[in-house]
Amino acid sequence: MKVSKEEIMHIASLADLTLKENEIEKYIINLQEILNFANIVNRAPIDDIDESVTGIEEKNVFRKDEIKEFDNKQGLLQNAKEVQNGMFKIPKVIN
Amino acid sequence: MELYELTVHELQEKLQRKEITSLDITESYLKRIEEKEPEVEAFITKPEKREDDSTSIPIGIKDNICTRDIKTTCASRMLETFIPPYNATVIEKLSKEGIKVFGKLNMDEFAMGGSTEYSYFKKTKNPWNLSKVPGGSSGGSAAAVAADMVPWALGSDTGGSIRQPASFCGVVGLKPTYGLVSRYGLVAFASSLDQIGPITKDVTDCAILLNAIAGYDEMDSTSAKREKIDYTKAIDKNINGMKIGIPKEYLGDGINEEVKQAILNVAKKYEKMGAKVEECELSIAEYSLATYYIIACAEASSNLGRFDGIRYGYRSENFTNLKELYKNSRSEGFGEEVKRRIILGTYVLSSGYYDAYYKKAQKVRTLVKKQFEKLFEKYDILLTPTAPTTAFGIGEKSNNPLEMYLADLCTVSINIAGLPAMSIPCGIDSNELPIGAQLIGKGFNEETILKAGYALEQELKFRQNYKPQFKK
Amino acid sequence: MSDYEVVIGLEVHAELSTKTKIFCSCPTEFGGEPNTHCCPVCMALPGALPVLNEKVVEYAIKAGLAMNCKIARKSKNDRKNYFYPDLPKSYQISQFDMPLCNKGEVKIETENGTKTVGITRIHIEEDAGKLNHDEFGGGSLVDLNRAGVPLIEIVSEPDMRSAEEAEIYLRKIKSILEYIEVSDCKMQEGSLRADVNVSIRKKGETKYGTRTEMKNMNSFRSIVRAIEYEAKRQINILERGEKVEQETLRWDDVSGKTFSMRDKEDAQDYRYFPEPDLALIELSDEYIETVRKTLPEMPESRKARYIKDFGLPEYDANILTSSKYLSDFFEEAEKICKNAKAASNWLMSDIMGILNEKEMEESEIPFKAEQLGELIKLIDKGTISTAIAKKVLIEMFEKPQSPNEIIQQKGWIQISDEGAIKEVVKKVLEANPQSIIDYKAGKDRALGFLVGQAMKETKGKANPQMLNKMFLEELV
Repeated sequence: MKVSKEEIMHIASLADLTLKENEIEKYIINLQEILNFANIVNRAPIDDIDESVTGIEEKNVFRKDEIKEFDNKQGLLQNAKEVQNGMFKIPKVIN
Repeated sequence: MELYELTVHELQEKLQRKEITSLDITESYLKRIEEKEPEVEAFITKPEKREDDSTSIPIGIKDNICTRDIKTTCASRMLETFIPPYNATVIEKLSKEGIKVFGKLNMDEFAMGGSTEYSYFKKTKNPWNLSKVPGGSSGGSAAAVAADMVPWALGSDTGGSIRQPASFCGVVGLKPTYGLVSRYGLVAFASSLDQIGPITKDVTDCAILLNAIAGYDEMDSTSAKREKIDYTKAIDKNINGMKIGIPKEYLGDGINEEVKQAILNVAKKYEKMGAKVEECELSIAEYSLATYYIIACAEASSNLGRFDGIRYGYRSENFTNLKELYKNSRSEGFGEEVKRRIILGTYVLSSGYYDAYYKKAQKVRTLVKKQFEKLFEKYDILLTPTAPTTAFGIGEKSNNPLEMYLADLCTVSINIAGLPAMSIPCGIDSNELPIGAQLIGKGFNEETILKAGYALEQELKFRQNYKPQFKK
Repeated sequence: MSDYEVVIGLEVHAELSTKTKIFCSCPTEFGGEPNTHCCPVCMALPGALPVLNEKVVEYAIKAGLAMNCKIARKSKNDRKNYFYPDLPKSYQISQFDMPLCNKGEVKIETENGTKTVGITRIHIEEDAGKLNHDEFGGGSLVDLNRAGVPLIEIVSEPDMRSAEEAEIYLRKIKSILEYIEVSDCKMQEGSLRADVNVSIRKKGETKYGTRTEMKNMNSFRSIVRAIEYEAKRQINILERGEKVEQETLRWDDVSGKTFSMRDKEDAQDYRYFPEPDLALIELSDEYIETVRKTLPEMPESRKARYIKDFGLPEYDANILTSSKYLSDFFEEAEKICKNAKAASNWLMSDIMGILNEKEMEESEIPFKAEQLGELIKLIDKGTISTAIAKKVLIEMFEKPQSPNEIIQQKGWIQISDEGAIKEVVKKVLEANPQSIIDYKAGKDRALGFLVGQAMKETKGKANPQMLNKMFLEELV
């Protein structure tokens, strides 16, 4: 599989990253190289093998429906660059 | 002998006998930091001098574990000023045991890397040879323990990030079974692989620290509900009759000859101590590294989506609308390797490639688990090198991502299978750089690894024989 | 126009009425100061992890059972990745290919009889936060109180063929969710909303046309208007010989039009993958049966009972059981007054009339069912007339007082004292000699006039039957 410039631009856009021209070149090469290497999984003897979907065997890990208030609500906003009326301020969202 | 040279169990004895106070310990370490930190550069946030209660023990924390009111940066520009409003569960647990946060340690950005060169802030040096990397991603933790700047430390391990730097720095590093230690408050890299674990001067300290951090946490759905074990009880050198397998795939191509010899020497020592050692097969090993990078990057690409410059983290100055705020903050806030992995992860999850990469990797994962299960029907532990080489030079691999990934060859399959594994120093190479042996155990069977590790430690007396020389 | 058929499918989102959020222990309560019902988990701080609320699973299964779904024995959560400021993790934890409930159906009553609408699936997911507009600074403000409130998404088959059917279906879903008490379904608060898929095809065609989707509709009226508008728009496109484009639209209530949602820099690719922070869900038959046992009596069964036990007409029984609130109200009033017909009539005519006039929901009736029961009892005992009772009802809507208190205060108690009524009758007869002549000349209407005058004299409080009787006695 060959990675095209359009493809890497599309992927970067899905990940909300902007790549500079020189980065695009570099990442195409890196991605191509890593994918060639990763392709080895296509040769693995995995017919009739189920996927592992989580890292654990346990099922049904649930929590009780009981309210516990977080003890440092002030701290939740302390790292925001712009807060107004207790809310995070962002550029206007247009639908 | 200075206090900073002692292990924690030695310090605890002195504290119990009231020969020293906790303040003596921190003062000794602060003095050592003043002396060694300029050349090692292991800390992102150095500990502050403070009046402490008389019995507490300090600990260095990798800077991807959230500490309330103490900056937690993940060695990223993205979190350069981030102050968590909450503590990770491990920090709460440590605090209950009287173990207090003593500085935050350098790492590869968001734990992505094997040399700590991908830190946004500084390059940590290997205390054995300052021109070499300390390994990574928990390079700051391993280097700080090796340089006696902290008595012990916590690291995190997604594909080898505790064990490989422990190996490079000649200290003990344990990646516990997935689910043994709560991940709540560990900034996620790859959720199904990440584990927090101890980096210590010796195996006894490792068991003590594991006692403090292991255990069920209702805040982490992947945390295991199991009976509490006292790991220090495993510290006993009788390994007579223990069955040890050596997967031949990890002693073949790509493994440095001196490393190979050191591992074979370990095998001999074990035989001498009464263990049964034999070669075995782990044929799925060749698929592990690719599988690891597919799964880890896929999860990372999603986990790192939350860094958008809105609620916390770096926000670009340069935007006119929301999309630009997102894109520019992320592009300027993340470093090159992080972006590379986000791109790879996004790619393997994107439509058209999911089945070819991600789905296949999840199947290989099942196979890896099965092969290990099979081996553990026969063996109590498996023995491999921790890393294919000893510490490499700073700058040697940082521009070649794939080559850097190969440094994880021996460690990643353990994360894929969720097993516990420990790196323990087992000798030095001709450049006087430490070599690590990796002991892999059955799930939730840390005791056997600790037992085998302790026996080897007593046999080799590595700490007594070798010390980091801070070679320039 | 009539050559075409409109095909409608609905994705209904209902917020579940659990005490806490789906993945953390923060309260789900509506409102509150911005960002105060939050913690590191729902604010997506680095390092925070989700833990699934067991009630969410239970409620979703309850909904599935009430809608005749197959409950999955194995299920999982998945991440749906996209960037939007109301989605703090930049992924929504939802369910992709293994939802909790599959393949159900609900029956709706349309003007052409009973119709079955297929339910494709029901899955659990988390709600997003809220974006407020900054009135002064020209930005938007993010409030994450709602982020992480549990939702179920109920996806229907494209089985509806008119806006009316879509409305009836949505009302039915609302009614079921209210019956099983898993959602308060307050549309004004956004706790029930729907994405509407509309396509057009020629009648007799078996293939579906290209559909458009209108997101986040939260009133019945706009859903009906939007479907009607969108159907017409698509027919016009087809009539012109053009093709309908598959897209997401935004309905604008003010202009009454749909608009294309721009910002399609890239085609959406949600990169779904299994949520590694959560365990798989595996449900036993025993568990599902335990949940089934918690289901209350459903509308169909209530309806049958109303017809059989209370002798109500089918139409009335249908309307009364259309909402659990109304049905419960009716049953409680009946318990007090033991007069099901009267309780039904009062609810269906007078109370519904006032609700319509005031544009209120049934759940907003300001008095208790017991008070309606008391009102009916007062009529049945002859304490007040029906006419007075209607005035009492209006008062009951104004302020929360019992009917007894109202009639005491207003002095509306019916005069049934023979002496007092005789006095009034005499007074009225004296004042209207012409009416006596008229009556005796065979004009029966004159009696009505006299009774009316007597009522006026007593401000409506005289017992009408007694009045009638006494006038007749005097006039003979």
